[in-house]
Amino acid sequence: MASPGRRDAPEPPDFAVLKRLARDQLVYLLEQLPGRKDLFIDADLMSPLDRIANVSLLKQHEVDKLYKVENKPVVSTSDQLCFLVRPRIRNVKYVADVVHADKAAGRSRKYKIIFSPQKFYVCEMVLEEEGIYGDVTCDEWSFYLLPLDDDLISMELPEFFRDYFLEGDHRWINTVARALQLLSSLYGPFAKTYGIGRCAKMAYELWRELEEEVEGDSQARRPEIGHIFFVDRDMDYVTALCSQVVYEGLVDDTFRIKCGSVDFGPDITSGDRSIKLLLNAQDKVFAEIRNEHFTNVFGFLSQKARNLQAQYDRRRGMDIKQMKNFVSQELKGLKQEHRLLSLHIGACESIMKKKTKQDFQELIKTEHSLLEGFDIRESASFIEEHIDRQVSPIESLRLMCLLSITENGLIPKDYRSLKTQYLQSYGPEHLLTFHNLKRIGLLTEQSPGETFTAVESKVSRLVTDRAAGKLTDAFNSLARKSNFRGISKKLGLIPRVDGEYNLKMPRDMAYVFSGAYVPLSCKIIEQVLERRSWLGLEEVVRLLNGNEFAVTDPAVEDNPTWESQRVILVVFLGGCTFSEISALRFLGKEKVAETVPDCPLARGEAKDPALPPSD
Amino acid sequence: MSRARADEDEYWHSSKCRAFTFDDDDDELCQLKESKRAVNSLRDIVDDDDDLERVSWSGEPVGSISWSIKETASSSVSPPEGSLQKGSSSYAALPKQASSYSLSSFFKGRNKLGSFQSLSDALSDAGVKSYAPELRRPKADYKDYSSDWSPKDTVRRMQRGKVCSLERFRSLQEKLMLLDEAVAVHDGNVITAVLIFLKRTLKKEILFRELEVRQVALRHLIHFLRESEEQKLLLDLFRFLDRTEEVALSQYREHLNIQDADKRKEFLKGCIGLPFSAEDAAHVQDHYTLLERQIIIEANDRHVESSGQSEVFRKYPRKASILNMPLVTTLFYSCFYHYTEAEGTFSSPTNLKKTFKIPDKQYVLTALAARAKLRAWHDVDALFTTKNWLGYTKKRAPIGFHRVVEVLQRNNAPVQVVQEYVRLVEDVDTRLNLATKYKCHDVVIDTYRDLKDRIQLLAYRCKVERGSSEEDKIDSILSNSQIRWKN
Repeated sequence: MASPGRRDAPEPPDFAVLKRLARDQLVYLLEQLPGRKDLFIDADLMSPLDRIANVSLLKQHEVDKLYKVENKPVVSTSDQLCFLVRPRIRNVKYVADVVHADKAAGRSRKYKIIFSPQKFYVCEMVLEEEGIYGDVTCDEWSFYLLPLDDDLISMELPEFFRDYFLEGDHRWINTVARALQLLSSLYGPFAKTYGIGRCAKMAYELWRELEEEVEGDSQARRPEIGHIFFVDRDMDYVTALCSQVVYEGLVDDTFRIKCGSVDFGPDITSGDRSIKLLLNAQDKVFAEIRNEHFTNVFGFLSQKARNLQAQYDRRRGMDIKQMKNFVSQELKGLKQEHRLLSLHIGACESIMKKKTKQDFQELIKTEHSLLEGFDIRESASFIEEHIDRQVSPIESLRLMCLLSITENGLIPKDYRSLKTQYLQSYGPEHLLTFHNLKRIGLLTEQSPGETFTAVESKVSRLVTDRAAGKLTDAFNSLARKSNFRGISKKLGLIPRVDGEYNLKMPRDMAYVFSGAYVPLSCKIIEQVLERRSWLGLEEVVRLLNGNEFAVTDPAVEDNPTWESQRVILVVFLGGCTFSEISALRFLGKEKVAETVPDCPLARGEAKDPALPPSD
Repeated sequence: MSRARADEDEYWHSSKCRAFTFDDDDDELCQLKESKRAVNSLRDIVDDDDDLERVSWSGEPVGSISWSIKETASSSVSPPEGSLQKGSSSYAALPKQASSYSLSSFFKGRNKLGSFQSLSDALSDAGVKSYAPELRRPKADYKDYSSDWSPKDTVRRMQRGKVCSLERFRSLQEKLMLLDEAVAVHDGNVITAVLIFLKRTLKKEILFRELEVRQVALRHLIHFLRESEEQKLLLDLFRFLDRTEEVALSQYREHLNIQDADKRKEFLKGCIGLPFSAEDAAHVQDHYTLLERQIIIEANDRHVESSGQSEVFRKYPRKASILNMPLVTTLFYSCFYHYTEAEGTFSSPTNLKKTFKIPDKQYVLTALAARAKLRAWHDVDALFTTKNWLGYTKKRAPIGFHRVVEVLQRNNAPVQVVQEYVRLVEDVDTRLNLATKYKCHDVVIDTYRDLKDRIQLLAYRCKVERGSSEEDKIDSILSNSQIRWKN
């Protein structure tokens, strides 16, 4: 809802090209296996695939039947089997089992694996070990980026967070670099690149190297994206841990938005089946409420309902001709709006019911106390009770992590007792969950001698350069202190307001958390873009553990009068939340820059840092 | 850190953060309900089989790939040919026009600018050049194979996904240069590939020793071993690194793969001696004890249930087995089915409480939930009644009484029962709130009397039924000349 006086956000570039490219490459790959074939699809690829292709397209290219990759015997009768999978050991083993079973049955077929977005050496190693290297051909489907909305692109790699931040595996950095290369070939070159975080830096370096290789065409192009900003998720866990209160965020927290769409159950559709609804700017009702604080949504919906009724009421008193016009021209639009309106009203109702049951108000109050750093004891006992009552296990973990990060670790007594009660309430195997959370630095115990902080961060800064890369990780684990309070103070993340925060006409990005907190990640982006550098933010950068960079491409004219220079691509490495997207959209309207948040790596993952113990 | 409480209350009531009021009789919910009515009233005008988007029973748009897979699964062998095509154009999410150009032909060649000329034309807007991925490796790739690439060149080639033999790197120094180079270019895929080669060609002690000073590579190896389920080597590595806790946890993790309860119990027993931290050792011991206990309870109760002797099992048949449930769930179960058992039996709640040192708060919450579910109000009463040495009884709870009220309410307790606990809620505002919400008139009236709030009492008089005993009560209080009203 644009307010007067604001400069309108510039149009984001047309990302639909990305879809067309992916689709055409898929077609090419399918044609590489001529003749009829059955296609087996990785469950994780199904939703992204649905966004760019459909069954009839696959049929046109002689795909006979479709199956999901799952642990079931294959019933296909086709002579050619094609597997479309993520490059994981377990998927290759699945194919190996199929091949072995066929061999045992004396059956010969052609097999092809298409890895998306790229093939890993490990996958070929498994083929070799299983003795089927050569029986199976491999290909890559370079489907790096899926546009989810006019201003949102995703890599749809939920495992990025776990693989990089927990396991320390760099396998996806190259993928990110290649995705950026694709973006810059389509919409670049970018005048300026900013970033913060270790992964950000590595991805940037790798990307530059790729670019240098193909350099050669220096013909001046008019870039469609001005700047690019990399942020590591571990720069700001706090924001990802807070309950979301903008509409889109709440829908995600309550129903899970997957690949840009949501499943609404029968209780919302007031029918007997559930409906899959695409949530994007094309949904006119949703487009107007997605970034709004939840409390503003009801008023909007009821206004909308009244308008709709009035429009339908116009039928009365129409003559035949008018009626004919009405039916042919307006009715379809009204029906569509009616359908969407009733779904969003249903969703709101369901959210309200659920949140009322969960003591949502108490929960928000506790989160706000933790963010501001008072009444820590009271918050700890709220969390304890939350655990004791066996309320959602994820939420309990989320609160504990928030307590830990804002307080630089739990005091040992709290850590012990909360952990014990957690295991008692939700199962002893969560021992492994706690271990993972500790490793990643999300849930830690204050150690008695916290004295070597200064040295520690100094050392880790010294060794972060590339040559000493191998040493860095050792120190990194030591240096993983959140310093949230210091950062919050330096950046003014907790707005001091007299009177009530006006959520209808928000003044700053804090509105996405009811006016209580400005998301740290977005605040950093705002500050750096304002200064066009990191100057003056040295202390914040130090507290965040460094690895910041800002690079100007001398070949690109930095001309702020160009519309495109105001378009900024933000890359969240490790996922982002809808609250952050809303905050960035706000920033885009308020300030000079429209922000195109790109969240490679499904946002969901960062939202639930709970790492299931199963691995 | 802590502010004065009053201060804080004021903060929450006055300030900006009064974001959510989720109480049910709120304006907002009313508004929402109204909107819903308005929209629903339009339903008969809007016939439902509109052509906006066809959706199957599972909610997937017809013609979508997810939908089709479900179709294949349900009709397992051969789905009706026609159904796959039906409505394929109705998937609203997809742009309908087919792309006007076919990329396929362009992907084949590799010579850079030339072949993409027409593609750029098709896209017209930007100078699209090099995003077309390399699909087929031209023969030339194999031809320019050379045996004397430096580690640096080799890594570079591997990064591009080209075939590369590592066999010629035979000295330790060369192997390590290869590894360091891979780490330096931040490509996890190549790092792992090199590690697999090193693992095959080096003795594990040597490999481990070198990785100890190469943390990034080390983490890649650990992740690889985990993914490829090479548990034995992983444990060796942890032992070599002296990471005893990791050794213990990695072994403990394996219990998740054991389905059979007895086998899992035996496995957990074996875990008890592993080098966990002192704290985790106790948790693992508890895990074992719990499962052992659950196995006994399960066997016994299954027998009792099938014999039909016990009333509680007949009335409330068990929905699931108790095996592998968390401790609190087990306690709930035991409070539900075995509440009155003597402490000596394994399934009695008091025994569980003692064995696992369950805190009072946790115990009371769970017992309350279980007994309220059975509507055993007498047990609920006993749970909170304490006698002091003079023999007076008093109600006490380790949890707030508002929580007790909440649980009772959820289980549809009668007003008399709820009322008793509402009365005990300490905070006046919360008490009034709950009492009004659950229609505990007596509590409301008494509270206003104690507050000497005549105006509120008068207002409340309009809310109770005409001629009811509550009205009489209010009238008699209002006419009481002893009370010194504050208003």
